[in-house]
Amino acid sequence: MDALTVVDLVLAGVLTGLLYGLMALGLSVIFGVVRVVNFAHGEMMTIAMYATVVLSGWLGLDPFLAVLPVAAVFFALGYLLQRGLINPFITRPEHAQFMLLVALAIILVNVLLMIFGPDARHVQLDYLLEPLEVGPLLLDRGKVAAAAVAAVTAAALFAFFRFTLTGKAIRACADNHLGAQVIGLDVKRLYALTFGLGSACVAVAGCMMILLVDVTPTLGPGYTLLAFVIVIVGGLGSMPGALLGGVLIGVSEALAGLFIAPSAKSMFSFGLLIIVLLLRPQGLLGKSA
Amino acid sequence: MIANRRTILLLVALAIVLVVLPAFANPYVVSVATLVLFFAYAGQAWNVMMGFAGQLSLGHSLYVGVGAYAAAGLFVRYGVGAWVGAPVAMVACALFGAVIGALAFRFRIAGVYFALLTIAFAEFTRIGFDHLPALGGPGGLFLKVEQRDHLDLLALRGPPAMFYYVALALAACALVFCTWLLRTRVGYYWQAIRENEEAAQALGIDVFRYKMLAILVSSSMTALAGVFFAFYYNNLFPEQIFNVSRSIEIILGPIIGGLGTLFGPILGAALITVLADGSTELIGALGWDIPGVKQVLYGVVLLGVVVFLPHGAWPVLARRLGLQR
Amino acid sequence: MQTAISRRRFNLALAGAAATTAAPAYLRAQSKALKVGVLLPRSGVQGFIGQSCQKGADLAPGVLKAMLGVDLELMNADTETNVDTARTRAERLIQEGAQVLVGPFDSGAASAIAQVAEQHGVPLMINIAAAPQITEQGYKFVFRNFPTAPELVRNGLALIGDLFRVTGTVPRTAVYMHVNDTFGQANTKAIAAILPKLDFLPFKIVETISYDPAAKDLTVEVGKAKATGADFLLLVSRLADAIILRREMVKQRWEPMGIISPGSPGMYENQFYQALGKYSEYCISNVPWYDPGAALTKTIEAAFKKQNPKEELMFHALNVGYTFEALLVVADAYKRAGTGEANALTDAIRTTDIRDRMMLGGPIKFDPKGQVQGNASACVQNLNLRPTVVLPAASAQAKPVFPTPGARKG
Repeated sequence: MDALTVVDLVLAGVLTGLLYGLMALGLSVIFGVVRVVNFAHGEMMTIAMYATVVLSGWLGLDPFLAVLPVAAVFFALGYLLQRGLINPFITRPEHAQFMLLVALAIILVNVLLMIFGPDARHVQLDYLLEPLEVGPLLLDRGKVAAAAVAAVTAAALFAFFRFTLTGKAIRACADNHLGAQVIGLDVKRLYALTFGLGSACVAVAGCMMILLVDVTPTLGPGYTLLAFVIVIVGGLGSMPGALLGGVLIGVSEALAGLFIAPSAKSMFSFGLLIIVLLLRPQGLLGKSA
Repeated sequence: MIANRRTILLLVALAIVLVVLPAFANPYVVSVATLVLFFAYAGQAWNVMMGFAGQLSLGHSLYVGVGAYAAAGLFVRYGVGAWVGAPVAMVACALFGAVIGALAFRFRIAGVYFALLTIAFAEFTRIGFDHLPALGGPGGLFLKVEQRDHLDLLALRGPPAMFYYVALALAACALVFCTWLLRTRVGYYWQAIRENEEAAQALGIDVFRYKMLAILVSSSMTALAGVFFAFYYNNLFPEQIFNVSRSIEIILGPIIGGLGTLFGPILGAALITVLADGSTELIGALGWDIPGVKQVLYGVVLLGVVVFLPHGAWPVLARRLGLQR
Repeated sequence: MQTAISRRRFNLALAGAAATTAAPAYLRAQSKALKVGVLLPRSGVQGFIGQSCQKGADLAPGVLKAMLGVDLELMNADTETNVDTARTRAERLIQEGAQVLVGPFDSGAASAIAQVAEQHGVPLMINIAAAPQITEQGYKFVFRNFPTAPELVRNGLALIGDLFRVTGTVPRTAVYMHVNDTFGQANTKAIAAILPKLDFLPFKIVETISYDPAAKDLTVEVGKAKATGADFLLLVSRLADAIILRREMVKQRWEPMGIISPGSPGMYENQFYQALGKYSEYCISNVPWYDPGAALTKTIEAAFKKQNPKEELMFHALNVGYTFEALLVVADAYKRAGTGEANALTDAIRTTDIRDRMMLGGPIKFDPKGQVQGNASACVQNLNLRPTVVLPAASAQAKPVFPTPGARKG
C-alpha cells in the first residue's frame, strides 16, 4: 500500500464525509431547535433522491439544477409536516415521537416501493465516470461536486442563522423556549420554519447523494442512523460540528477499511459513537449541557 | 389495576381458551398464536425497562440475539440442551445489559441519547457476529432438527404444539412475575423514577441501582425469548436476529397496547399480529397484489393508534370492559 | 329431556367439526388439479428476486399442461423476506389444502418452511437455496434441485480453468473480493478448501477483501484491490454492490485482465447492463444457467415472451429456470403417482428421473438426502449487453473474450 493510495482514499473519505455532514446538518438543526427526534430523516433524503431521478429522467434536468426546486418543495413539505402532524407531539414523551416518525417512515418507504418498485435507480451522467486528475491523485468528480455543494449550503445556512433576524429568533427559541415566548416570538411558526430548513437541507443532500449512490426504497434507515451518529459525535446544535462529525466518520471509515477489515468499518462508526457518548456526550463541538 | 371479580373472571376465561387452543384450532392458527405469545413475552420483558423504569431501549434485539446464539451455540457445539442453555443465555444477556447500563447510567445518558446508545450496541454486535465463523458467521447457525414426533422438553425438541405451550408458559409467567414486581418496593421505586427521576433522587432513592436492576431484569427475561426463537426456527442469521426491525417489532406490542400496563404488551402483540395477518388476507381477497400495500396499511394504522390512542389500546379496552375505576 | 338435547347438540357439533376438517380432504380427492403452494419473497429486501421467480411459476401451469397433460393449481404466498411470515404462510397454505410446497429462495425461510413441511408430511420442493445444511438435516419431505454452495463454487472454479485453457492465457495472481453475507461466506469457505486442490488452476489469491453488503461506498475496497496489482478480479457479490464496484473501478481507472465470479448473482442481471452500459462488457459469471440449445428452453422462452412481452428470459435465466424446473418435478411426480396424496406424491418425487430438462447438468435425480447432484454451471460473459454462454463449448453461443481488451496494469 503506497502513500499515494492512502492519501487518495483518505481524501475521498473527507469529501464523502462532507456530504454526510450536510445530511446530518438538517437533522442537527431540527433536533437542536425543535427537539424532535426525526426518525424519518433518511426516508426524506431517499424521497429527494427519487425526485432527482425523476426530474433527470423526464425533464433531462441535471441534478445541480434540480437542487433549488427540490429544496424549495421540501422546505414547504417540512413546514407543513411540522405544523400539521408533529407539533402536538413535541410535548409528548420521546417514545411517542419515535413511534410517530417510525410509522411515517414505514408508510413512506412502502409508498416508494409501490411507485418505483424495488429496482435501484440512478442518474445517468457520463461525465461523472471520468475522474478528476489533481497532480498524481485521481479524485471522483461526483464526490468533489457534492462536497462543494455541501460546503456552500452549510455556509448559507450558517449565514442565515448568524446574520438574519429570523435566524437569530430561531436560535433564541432553541436556547430558551419560555423566554422566547415571553418576548413575543411566534414559536410555532419558527419551529415550522426550522423543520422546513432542515428538510431543505436534507433535500440538497439527497440531490447530491444520487450522484454517488443508487437509490432503493429501503435506503432510509441506514442513513437515519448515520445522521444520528454524526450529529452526536459532532455535537448537537452545532453546525460546524455536524460537518466535522461527517468528515470524521468518513475518514475513520476509510482508515478502518484500509488497515483493518472493510466489512467491519461500520463497527468503527458505532464504536466512535459509544466512546463519544461516554467521554463527551455533548459531542466534539457541542456546548456543555 | 384492581383485582376485582370481573378481571379475575376474564383472566380465567382467557386462560382456558389459550390452554385448549391447540385441540380445536388448525396448525395455522396455532402458529400465529405462538407468534403472538412470543411477542407478548418479549414485549413484557421490554416493558419492564421502559414502562416501569422509563428507560427507552431501541436495541432490544441485542438480547434476543445474544440469548439465541448462547443457547444455540452450546447446543450445536457441545450438544447441551436448552434447559442448561437457557440460564447461560440469561447470564450472558444480563452481562451485556450490565455493561450498557453501567456505561449509560454512570455517565448520565438518558432519553434519546440512551436510546441511540442501545441501537449502536445492537448494530455493533450484529456486525461482530457477522465476523464470528465459530457461530456460523453471516452464513447462519443451523441447529440439527430431530424427528418431531416425540417430546423432549429438556432439549426443546418437539411438535409445534409443544412450542405453543412453552410460549404460553413464558407469557403467563412473565405476566405473573411483572404483576408481583410492580407491587414490591422495587416496583414502586421504578415508577417513582419513571415519573420524575430528580424527585426520586431527592427522596433518597438510589436511582443508579434501580435503573441497573431494571435493565438486568429486562435483558435476562428477553434472553429466554431468544432461546425460544433459536429452537423454534432452528436457524440464526446475525443480519436477521440483531436487526433494528426486530427491535421495533418487539416494542410495537407494548406501545400500542399500553406502556407500563400489565396487559398492554399482550393486547398489543395480539393486535399487531392480527393486523399483520389480517391485512395479508384482506389484500389477498381484494386482489391488490402490489408489494408494499400491506405495509402501507400497517403504517397507517400504526400512525392512527399513535395519534389517537396516546396511552395505548389497553386502557380504552379496560374501561369498556368495566375493569377500571 | 335435558340429556337428549345436549347429546344431540353435542353430536351436531362433532359432526360439524368433522365436516370442516374432512372437507378439504374430500375436495382433494375430487379435483384433478394438484394444489401447489408457491412461497416466494415478493416484497421486502429480496422482493425483486422473488418477483422474478414468480414469473417462472406463473408460466408453468400452461406449459406443463401441454407437456404432460397435468393440471396445476398455484396458490401464491409472499414470505416478505421474513422468517416469521414464511412459517405462518406455509402453515396457512397447508391448511388451505396445498398438497406440495415450492420455494422459497431464501435459505433461512427454506429452513423454517422445511420444518413445517416435515411436520405435516407435505413435500417441499426447493427451487433455489444454496445453504448446504438444508439437505443435511435428515428431512424426508424436502427436496432441492439446485447446487449447494460448495458444488456451485467447485463448478465455477473448474470453469475458470477451462476459460484460461481455451483462451490460452495464464494469469498468475488474483485479488478476491467478496460481500460479507451468507453467499460470500459460503464461497470463501469453498474456495479455501477447493482451490489448493485444483492444481490445474495457475493463479493464486494475493489478497482477500471482504465488504459489508449494506455499504454504499466501496472506494476504499476498490483502492485496496487496485493497489495489489493483481492480474484479475475474482468477485463474489450481489447486484447492487456489483454495480457500485464496477463504477468505482472505472473512476479509479483500474482495468484488470477480467472480472470473474466463481458463482454469485449480479453481473449478468438486467440492471447491471442498464446501469453500466458499455462498462458492463466482458464481465464473466460462472453460474447455473439454462442450456440455450435445449428444446425445453425454447418452449419456456416462447411462453415467457407471451406472458412478459417487455422482458427477456435471459435476464431471469436462473430464477425462472429453476422455479419452472421445481414445478416440472412436481407435475411429473403427480403424473406418475396418479394422486396428490402426500406419501404417494413424495415417493414419486423421490424416484424422479428427468432427462429432458432446461438447466445445464445431468438428469434431475434425487440422492437419498433429497439433493440433486450434477447441476452444472455455465461460463456466462457479458457480450453486447447480453448474458452469453461461452462455456461449456457444447452449449456455447459465442467464444469467450479474455483478457479484456484494453486491460492495463495499475
